[in-house]
Amino acid sequence: MWPAVTSTPVIRATGLVKIYQTGGLPVPAVRGVDLVVEPGEFVAIMGPSGSGKSTFVHMLGGLETRTSGEIWLDGKRADTLSESGWAVLRRQKVGFVFQFFNLVTNMTVADNVELPALLGGASPKHARERREYLLAELGLEERAGAAPGQLSGGEQQRVALARALANQPRLLLADEPTGNLDSRNTRDVLKLLGKVHRQGQTIVLVTHDARVASMADRVVSLLDGQIVDDAPIARLQRRPGGTAGDIVELHG
Amino acid sequence: MRLPLLALLAKEPAHGYELKQALEVTFGSAYPSPNIGQIYVTLGRLEKDGFVRAVDVEQSNRPNKKVYYLTAAGREALEAWVDEPTEGPRVRDEFFMKLVLAPLTGIADRMALVNRQRRHYLSLMRDLGELAERTDPGNRVARLLIEGAMLHLQADLDWLERCQEDLT
Repeated sequence: MWPAVTSTPVIRATGLVKIYQTGGLPVPAVRGVDLVVEPGEFVAIMGPSGSGKSTFVHMLGGLETRTSGEIWLDGKRADTLSESGWAVLRRQKVGFVFQFFNLVTNMTVADNVELPALLGGASPKHARERREYLLAELGLEERAGAAPGQLSGGEQQRVALARALANQPRLLLADEPTGNLDSRNTRDVLKLLGKVHRQGQTIVLVTHDARVASMADRVVSLLDGQIVDDAPIARLQRRPGGTAGDIVELHG
Repeated sequence: MRLPLLALLAKEPAHGYELKQALEVTFGSAYPSPNIGQIYVTLGRLEKDGFVRAVDVEQSNRPNKKVYYLTAAGREALEAWVDEPTEGPRVRDEFFMKLVLAPLTGIADRMALVNRQRRHYLSLMRDLGELAERTDPGNRVARLLIEGAMLHLQADLDWLERCQEDLT
């Protein structure tokens, strides 16, 4: 199902800079960021609001242009692409999940999920099979004929995730995918993220939700448009017979 | 430990080991399993304060066991405990002491302290997430304890972010 694992990073960004020009005053949002993400890695990007984390992932997905620096996706230079070039690359390689779902409201759930696969060049039969598989995985098979507006927030976010995974992207990018969800719906999204990650999906997501970030292999922290930390999340050293009850006591 | 034991004894008299089991059954794996020695020490102190009394129950082929029951004074103490509001969490964080004091001594960099602490909190969160998955969904008490711990951790992380913005 996945392309053969090679040593080519899924993302290689070097010296990435974004400066917004608002009313003459240049406002730097991202100030020289380097990031390499290997196939199968799950990277969480954290940082205070205004630290540049959303701008950063939007640039990685070609949804914002970079001011300077290079972006290589799956071994191909991407930052020099035209808007239509990016559109083609996204269809083929990138799935994107936003905080507010962005589903097409006048299309059914099924059509929302099939669309990216069809745009990516899949046959209608393949797109339908992929949609059926994803919606079943998400417990949404019975909602296939519904309009997005008939679904709860958690269901809509699961559909958005299914849509992002429909064309089997090399890279799943997400910007606060649980930012708008209550605790139960967050749990559904977490389960699916964990599942696709275990299947080898490369994931880069921006989040302030510690439950989401704690599932990542690595956490990258941004402050004022720069990376101030980039390191794996370690496993806790377990004492023999120790339970997480000790954690509850620590924080209770 | 004192007042939870009084609460259990308000239900029915019990000996030390039964109290340990009752705590484990009630709170599940989300709560540290109480040490039997600690329970007996606490019962001894409660007895000395007049909150519980013990009677020896003879057992065949075994030493007598002590069964504890609640006194009127014990019930009063328990009622007072239940009636008063419980203190909220206080920000008296050891990490914050390190963060504020470390640069004064020149032994640590604040940025590095915050980054290490963030990753530690995320490790704890991952542990809690795994504990939640292992916990019987029917055990609502254990589930709520874990959820409470997660919400505290989230608040700690949010606060850490504020510390990083303002102090580094």
